[in-house]
Amino acid sequence: MIDKKELEQVKKGTENWEKGTLGKVLSKRGERKEVFTSISGIPIERLYTPEDVKDLDYGKELSFPGEYPYTRGVQPTMYRGRFWTMRQYAGFGSAKDTNARYRYLLEQGQTGLSVAFHLPTQAGYDSDHPLSMGEVGKVGAAIDSIEDMRVLFDQIPLDKVTTSMTINAPATVLLAMYLSIAEEQGVPFDKIGGTIQNDVLKEIICRGQYIYPPKPTMRLTTDLITYCQKNVPRWNSISVSGYHIRESGSTAAQEMAFTIADGIAYVEACINAGMDVDSFAPRLSFFFNVFSNVCEEVAKFRAARRYWAKVMKERFGAKDPRSMMMRYHVQTGGVTLTYQQPLNNIVRVGLQTYAAVVGGTQSLHTDSYDEALCLPTEGAVTVALRTQQIVAEESGACLTVDPFAGSYYVEALTDEIEAEIDEYIKKIDEMGGTLVAIDEGYIQKEIQNSSYIFQKEIESGDRAYVGVNKYIMEEPPATGLLKVDMALGDIEAKKLKKLRAERDNAAWQKALDNLREVSKSEENVMPAVIEAVKAKATVGEVCDVWREVFGEYRPKEFV
Amino acid sequence: MAEKKIKIIVAKPGLDGHDRGAKLLSRIFAEAGMEVVYTGLRQTPEMIVEAALQEDADVVGLSSLSGVHNHFFPKVVELLKEKKLDDVLVVGGGIIPLEDIPELKKAGVAELFGPGTPTPQIVDFIKGNVRS
Repeated sequence: MIDKKELEQVKKGTENWEKGTLGKVLSKRGERKEVFTSISGIPIERLYTPEDVKDLDYGKELSFPGEYPYTRGVQPTMYRGRFWTMRQYAGFGSAKDTNARYRYLLEQGQTGLSVAFHLPTQAGYDSDHPLSMGEVGKVGAAIDSIEDMRVLFDQIPLDKVTTSMTINAPATVLLAMYLSIAEEQGVPFDKIGGTIQNDVLKEIICRGQYIYPPKPTMRLTTDLITYCQKNVPRWNSISVSGYHIRESGSTAAQEMAFTIADGIAYVEACINAGMDVDSFAPRLSFFFNVFSNVCEEVAKFRAARRYWAKVMKERFGAKDPRSMMMRYHVQTGGVTLTYQQPLNNIVRVGLQTYAAVVGGTQSLHTDSYDEALCLPTEGAVTVALRTQQIVAEESGACLTVDPFAGSYYVEALTDEIEAEIDEYIKKIDEMGGTLVAIDEGYIQKEIQNSSYIFQKEIESGDRAYVGVNKYIMEEPPATGLLKVDMALGDIEAKKLKKLRAERDNAAWQKALDNLREVSKSEENVMPAVIEAVKAKATVGEVCDVWREVFGEYRPKEFV
Repeated sequence: MAEKKIKIIVAKPGLDGHDRGAKLLSRIFAEAGMEVVYTGLRQTPEMIVEAALQEDADVVGLSSLSGVHNHFFPKVVELLKEKKLDDVLVVGGGIIPLEDIPELKKAGVAELFGPGTPTPQIVDFIKGNVRS
């Protein structure tokens, strides 16, 4: 990036500055700390100069937006063309409650939907299962059957919105319901757009909503991907997620490294299932976290985009440029929000939004400031959405593409994070791949270690956390929190009882028997799942068929 | 003779998968000299109490971030009583709104620790209140 002569001058200039201008100040007054580190613990220098980027090859490592290796973004115009999709993850109570929230959000200018399912649905249980006690409608919408799904999308045209669904082990079941509702609305499958999370590996690593052992659960994953590739061409059939890895305590580089490791495992699984890499890779998407340390986050996104492009091209021999583009959704860091002085969270989310946008995201959820206390209230959700709109319309972040590029600091940090990602991928390869690394607890232990170090830094005061270990104040308890009615469990249970009594049980039985046979074979399960949900089989009933065929997963705990 | 180690069951009741806190505290408790049994996810109150019985635990630590504490925490205390394990100290943590705390304490949960609680505070509480 810089010629030799100029570099010599910079070097000399730096030495002079250190001895002169800087030296004089340091001799009088030291700095606040001996060592400065990013929130992920990366040591940060006092000053970055052209020397730090002297080896950066513009054409090879940065290039142009919309061109390999996509460091500067996946589209040539980025937000000058159009803003990212503003997509708030929402769901609570019954399908009806959630439908009302969706319609409110769409009226407020939100551009896509994102479904939060309650934990029983995510774990493949019906609302009336003993393990669902107390959980019904708590952290998402209670969806047991196609009838709930119909209410969830009532008066929402599925050819006009795109929908993201956070569902993993039972992903095939919920997608089958969504497709069936689209069909009822008269929307053809090639007009439906959206994303399904369908990332079971990170459930095993850190999020906990697993059902089946790794091998059969990966088969469901690849069946869904294959089915969409043939039938629902605009659907992102997986969202490989680092979000929860970061929430569990990883550093920024670990978040990207372990997500890419999972991504590699899925690509390998699809190739092993007989697919050509370019037939499915354009529909792979990702999901990341964003913390308040703006430059580190921007560098993290740029590094991951570059690294993934190289993986797809060099390791998997992808030829279609779209296979090499890392497209992703971002959610601001839930774990960064504090219970103490909750209004401060608005500022945190503001910084994180800015970082996600400068980092080049395709879609964004902003957390509500009251999320460390309860499910977000409507007022808090509105502020969160407005935060995105302020960054889009007022901050200037959208005027030019990849605005931080060329900063000595950000480029050096991008290189450093990419090198760390590469180190982890090499290590995981040596261990025998992602599944082995997970089975041995390597990835889990790395994350837990980072979480432990961070906690110690907070407790020792080495790392300041406003309202938590610094600038603490007495506050009255929060009021006006959103509460989900405990009686909902009974209401949903009654609904299920009625459904089971009134459906055509012969058709239902036949559909489940067929699903069982298909699941034992190597045939794609999706058509049989669609048939089952149309025959009003519930999420729990479909998942029970697989519990019987595949068995249940019990993780080893690595504490 | 060395003092008997405090034995603690760290448990995740219900379907909540957020176990960062539970795992972190398991490590902190072990470093503080306690014997720790972490149950893993998806525990029913019955499973937790069975573990307490089998392990002859002194303390049960419950962690929940999905809003099911009002249902699960009192149930664990109740079942412990049924098994004549009245003297087992029950503590809880996670996303517990302040307004829920009085009711939980009345039900027999000794203390609740919200987000941002310094871990030494939790260790001290346990050491100060565990059965002797």
